[in-house]
Amino acid sequence: MGFVTATADRLTIRNFIETVGIFRTLSSSGFRRFSTYRQATVAATATNTMFGFVRTYVMLAVAGSAVAAGGQVAGYDAPQLVTYVWAGQGLIGVVALWGWTELADRIRSGDVVTDLLRPVHPVLGYLLPDLGRAAYALLTRFVVPVAVGGLVFDMYLPQRAATYPLFAASVLLAVLVCFAGRFLVNAAGYWLLDTRGVLMGWAVCAGMLGGLYFPIRFLPDGLAAAVYLGTPFPSVLQIPLDVLVERDPPAGQLGLLGIQALWAGLLLTACVLVQRRAERRLVVQGG
Amino acid sequence: MNVIEAHGLRKDFTVRVRKGLLRRESRAVAAVDGVDLTVRRGELLGYLGPNGAGKSTTLKMLTGVLHPSGGTVAVCGLTPVPQRIQLARRIGVVFGQRSQLWWDLPLGDSYELLRHIYRVPAAEHAARLRRCRDLLELDPFLDTPVRQLSLGQRMRGELTAALLHGPEVLFLDEPTIGLDVVSKQAVRGFLAELGATGDTTIVLTTHDLADIERLCRRIVVIDHGRVVHDGGIDALHARYGSQRRVVVDFDTAPAAVPTLPGVHLEATAGPRLTFTLDGTASVGALVSALSALGGLRDLAVTEPEIEEVIARLYRS
Repeated sequence: MGFVTATADRLTIRNFIETVGIFRTLSSSGFRRFSTYRQATVAATATNTMFGFVRTYVMLAVAGSAVAAGGQVAGYDAPQLVTYVWAGQGLIGVVALWGWTELADRIRSGDVVTDLLRPVHPVLGYLLPDLGRAAYALLTRFVVPVAVGGLVFDMYLPQRAATYPLFAASVLLAVLVCFAGRFLVNAAGYWLLDTRGVLMGWAVCAGMLGGLYFPIRFLPDGLAAAVYLGTPFPSVLQIPLDVLVERDPPAGQLGLLGIQALWAGLLLTACVLVQRRAERRLVVQGG
Repeated sequence: MNVIEAHGLRKDFTVRVRKGLLRRESRAVAAVDGVDLTVRRGELLGYLGPNGAGKSTTLKMLTGVLHPSGGTVAVCGLTPVPQRIQLARRIGVVFGQRSQLWWDLPLGDSYELLRHIYRVPAAEHAARLRRCRDLLELDPFLDTPVRQLSLGQRMRGELTAALLHGPEVLFLDEPTIGLDVVSKQAVRGFLAELGATGDTTIVLTTHDLADIERLCRRIVVIDHGRVVHDGGIDALHARYGSQRRVVVDFDTAPAAVPTLPGVHLEATAGPRLTFTLDGTASVGALVSALSALGGLRDLAVTEPEIEEVIARLYRS
């Protein structure tokens, strides 16, 4: 067989099936890539679990007598806060809140060139493996802290069956929003020599405004609404947790998912535009 | 039929120079300065130049990675930048200093991923992979994660990855850089065989001139972003006055030295004489004249080395 049989693109059912194949294969590649680092998974899961205990005790101490007597703080009772903390500890790994510098590293080294030589849009080329990575994290880094939290503390379980698919959809949207945010932060590397400052800014904002350090609902209503609507960070962590602990009625849950979908659409569009702009000014020297 | 056509291709980079505490001055540096290049289907082209001459930048413009600052370019009838994704399916690229493989995955898994990304039918993919496995001896490390491969193994893996979708044009940017002799020979042998079929057009940039001598009939030399030579190796020798050498040992130093047109005595060291011959001078005539002197013990003719020619060209 000769080597040359390359053909032009086709608009057929077969083409569609092949596209689905690309999605599946690239996603599963992310799953396989991250599953090779088992010790890192164990270390990260252990850390998330340990901090789960710390955060739970701090949260319950801060919430104080109000939740101890069965009452609520900012719409959460004690079991809801416990679930909020432990599911949050699990989601850190699923959405990859902080740790992703692959694109920035590849821009700095010039390896980003090979991303541009593949017949897949670079944003898609990073997004699909990230979904596979998130699936792997869901099975490992999410399950373990939630199971430990459930064994040791009195956790809140959703009372409405619809909450489960809503939570699943919210987690998916959170992964999309977080990926897009991380992609944009990394893409700053096209313009900046060093992206550490931007990455640190993202990490601080994602933790503080994402609801990791404290639920954003602890803030005054107006300020909380501004953070939900004006920044993407609550869409990364706070909203899936609010959906899971049924902090709001079904209509409120749907509204929160709407906010996430809006941010996912906005940020992914921004990724495509930034990538297009970055390609125009790309400089790769030295081979 | 031409698969690559570039006319007046330019790429300017902006360089900022500090001119004071806060002031900076920008100036444009032409990395590629009006390159004209046409490559026919099936050609194996050597693209040479010193460091910083603009070789890799040209390749990146031909593959759609970099936007040209000026000129026109078409590869496989496509305009590389706006049609980069369509073009990517029809070309293969190996950058010797970059990897297109997935660092964390076994080599075989990378190939399976590439099959889906390039939408190659399973049977075609398997046939091409089988051929590469045979020619490049991939089997011993096909299940090894890419991060654990040696440079030579990885480069053979990279070549395979660039070929599995059956590209019409293969761009190779220093594919033998850092390889040991055996790996270099394996890569060269493979490229020679691939080039001999005439199906795949190959553009090869390298600093290893043995690659060029072994593989390329046509050489394009670029310097300071401009093409300074486009032709065969023989034309390069003729143009830059390559000279053959004849080294002769006598029993004792001869009293007189024959003078022939185009022959120059370069050095005398006791009984050893070294002559240089212009392109038109005859070695046979010189040998006859030297034999007539008597006492001829040994004689060696050395062909001009391409490294010498290229070095002369770079310096000129």
